[in-house]
Amino acid sequence: MSQALPGRTPPKRRDWSWRSQAFRGVIYQIIAIGLIAATVWFLAHNTMENMRVRGIQSGFGFLGGAAGFDIGETLMHYDALDPYWKAFLVGVLNTLRVAIVGIVLCTILGTLLGIGRFSRNAIVRGLCYGYVELFRNIPVLLQLLMWYLLFTELLPAPEEPVSFLGLFFLSKGGFAFPMPVWGLGQLLALVGAAIGVVVAIFYRRRAISRFEETGKIPHVFWPTVATILIFSLAGWLIGGAPTAWNVPGSGEISVEGGGTVTPEFMSVLLGLVFYTSSFVAEVVRAGIASVPHGQIEAAGSLGLLRGQSMRLVVLPQALRVIIPPITNQYLNLTKNSSLAVAIGYPDVVSISNTAINQTGRAVECIAIIMLVYLTTSLTTSGIMNWYNKRSAIRER
Amino acid sequence: MSAVFQPIAARPAPVKLEGFVPWVRRNLLSNWRNTLTTVLAGALIIYWAPTIVNWLVLQAIFKPSAEACQAARGVGACWGVVAEKYRLIIFGRYPYEQQWRPEVATLLLLGMLIVSCMRAFWKPWLGAVWVAGLAAFFALMIGGVMGLEVVPTDRWGGLPLTIMLASLSIIFAFPLAILIALGRRSGLPAIRTFCVIYVELIRGVPLISVLFMASFMFPLFMPPGLSIDVLIRVLVGITLFAGAYMAEIVRGGLQAIPKGQIEAAQSLGLSYWQTQRKIVLPQALALVIPGIVNNFIGIFKDTSLVTIVSLYELTGALGLALNSDADWRPFKIEGYLFITAIYFVFCFSMSRYSLWIEKQVNVSKTR
Repeated sequence: MSQALPGRTPPKRRDWSWRSQAFRGVIYQIIAIGLIAATVWFLAHNTMENMRVRGIQSGFGFLGGAAGFDIGETLMHYDALDPYWKAFLVGVLNTLRVAIVGIVLCTILGTLLGIGRFSRNAIVRGLCYGYVELFRNIPVLLQLLMWYLLFTELLPAPEEPVSFLGLFFLSKGGFAFPMPVWGLGQLLALVGAAIGVVVAIFYRRRAISRFEETGKIPHVFWPTVATILIFSLAGWLIGGAPTAWNVPGSGEISVEGGGTVTPEFMSVLLGLVFYTSSFVAEVVRAGIASVPHGQIEAAGSLGLLRGQSMRLVVLPQALRVIIPPITNQYLNLTKNSSLAVAIGYPDVVSISNTAINQTGRAVECIAIIMLVYLTTSLTTSGIMNWYNKRSAIRER
Repeated sequence: MSAVFQPIAARPAPVKLEGFVPWVRRNLLSNWRNTLTTVLAGALIIYWAPTIVNWLVLQAIFKPSAEACQAARGVGACWGVVAEKYRLIIFGRYPYEQQWRPEVATLLLLGMLIVSCMRAFWKPWLGAVWVAGLAAFFALMIGGVMGLEVVPTDRWGGLPLTIMLASLSIIFAFPLAILIALGRRSGLPAIRTFCVIYVELIRGVPLISVLFMASFMFPLFMPPGLSIDVLIRVLVGITLFAGAYMAEIVRGGLQAIPKGQIEAAQSLGLSYWQTQRKIVLPQALALVIPGIVNNFIGIFKDTSLVTIVSLYELTGALGLALNSDADWRPFKIEGYLFITAIYFVFCFSMSRYSLWIEKQVNVSKTR
């Protein structure tokens, strides 16, 4: 097909005339690059000029200076005398904390709701449908503000918190829960769990190769769980089996001890989780619905049970449809966590906002925000693309 | 043995599968697990429903009296706050006597949006109607013509601002998105690279950072001495943001057009722009209308963020109406529920429309 007809010479690829498409293409591109460069130069020139006129200093030098403001909740040691870069780091960690916890929770909730749409029970179906339509049609900012209002107005004062079983306390001061006292035992338990995961992966590989040799389906799920549990238990026992828990208690003016999360964190988390899980539910529903019904019938005719056909036939195929849009939802959740600025949760945007107001370096601070989110977005989509490639159909 | 005709017994009437009782039997009581779920869920609903209905309607206070609301606190909702403050919530700081103007202007805009949603009106003159309608909208809102008092843009607010920001940014983003989507599929590497960078950059950052840029950095970008209204800056920011997302939707539509269509157009001697305008875009855009409506819903919800850069659209206007009023401030949750209902009505009806139009544009494929 690609051979030229006999007797006609194919046109030369580079023809320096306006009638050559390739030549016109080069000209168009030169014009486009020139226009973009001119615009960028124009904007940069104006910015320099404006900064000079208004006496705004530029550069990232301010990152070394003392921040001079306190941050309500930090994952690492920080005080007002620390430099700006450390404040930004605290903000980034806070963003990541709410995003990671949010992603895990919204995946669980969203998957349950998505599967619930296929329930045989009409009430369950209706409730799931109602939830999805309600929460995805209300702006997430409004949801955050409402949660925050609920937490700050309706909850009891920190002096007299609501307690559950004497272990969990809920009040305007936040949510307090028991935390194990960190020690050697916990560390070794974590190490044990990691070893357990590695062993389980090896076991799974062997199980698959055995299945391919003999055709018998070996048990995979329970041995995996048991391996991880046994190894972490062993680590905990070797570490001296520490049982100390830091249990919160109702103190004079506030709840004391244990781990706590602030009302701001809870509002951001709940708002993001409730909003995003409605989208995740739709993604899961569409994924399951995309598997042709013939697949389930074929699985049934091979003698697979209902649960087996769901696990071995439907879900692996649905997963391929689900992964790309669910990645988008994870990225949306991470980006929406920037709305924390509206209720004062100290994420990277709030910190930047404070920094802009204090130093006036808008360009630098906005650049930092954008860089942080771009990095997280590109990393997440990179990881998900890798996973997507792994779970894709291997075509010849 | 005389063969006597013996009719076999009549078959039983088929089990009724339609109607209310069989539906209940199938969907609520099909087996013991299903029945148990029904009983548990039903019990929860019966347990909670009276409290909710009581709070929402039966014990709620509807008249704008702060004392009555205080008395009913915790028992019934205080819808009086809406009755008292609805003008401020819906129109923001727009001058009180002039509020018929945003009302008329918004109804005009809504009317044009609804008309644009109907296929019968998808004609070339619709563009002219939009130009005229937008001119009328701004004339009404800004004033200064036909003896109308001038209202500066920083007094605009509430629902008119929400609807205006959402619809204008989508309208301006549309041509931008088509150009970017075409550029991303173009064979010219420099143009393609630029379009890819633009789309990925914007989609990788949150809207709030774009709004911060519009509010803090745009003034620095302009030549010294030239200052642009904050409303226009925010509008530009949202448009650039919406454009990147819409470009990806349009690109999806472009990719769905079979290559044979373009090759056929080329073999007829059509140029690049003729091919795109007459062959590719009409088919691709019809495919992506549902996606664009969904994008519009997203932008409509996202306009609530402009509160953070101090423009008082619906969410901001609520804070404006209640934060400084000690009498009504305790009933902010009812105010939130009120604007939630407004957002919900708009977004839900648009998502229904998106589903309907999806069926409509697929009619040609499902014969």
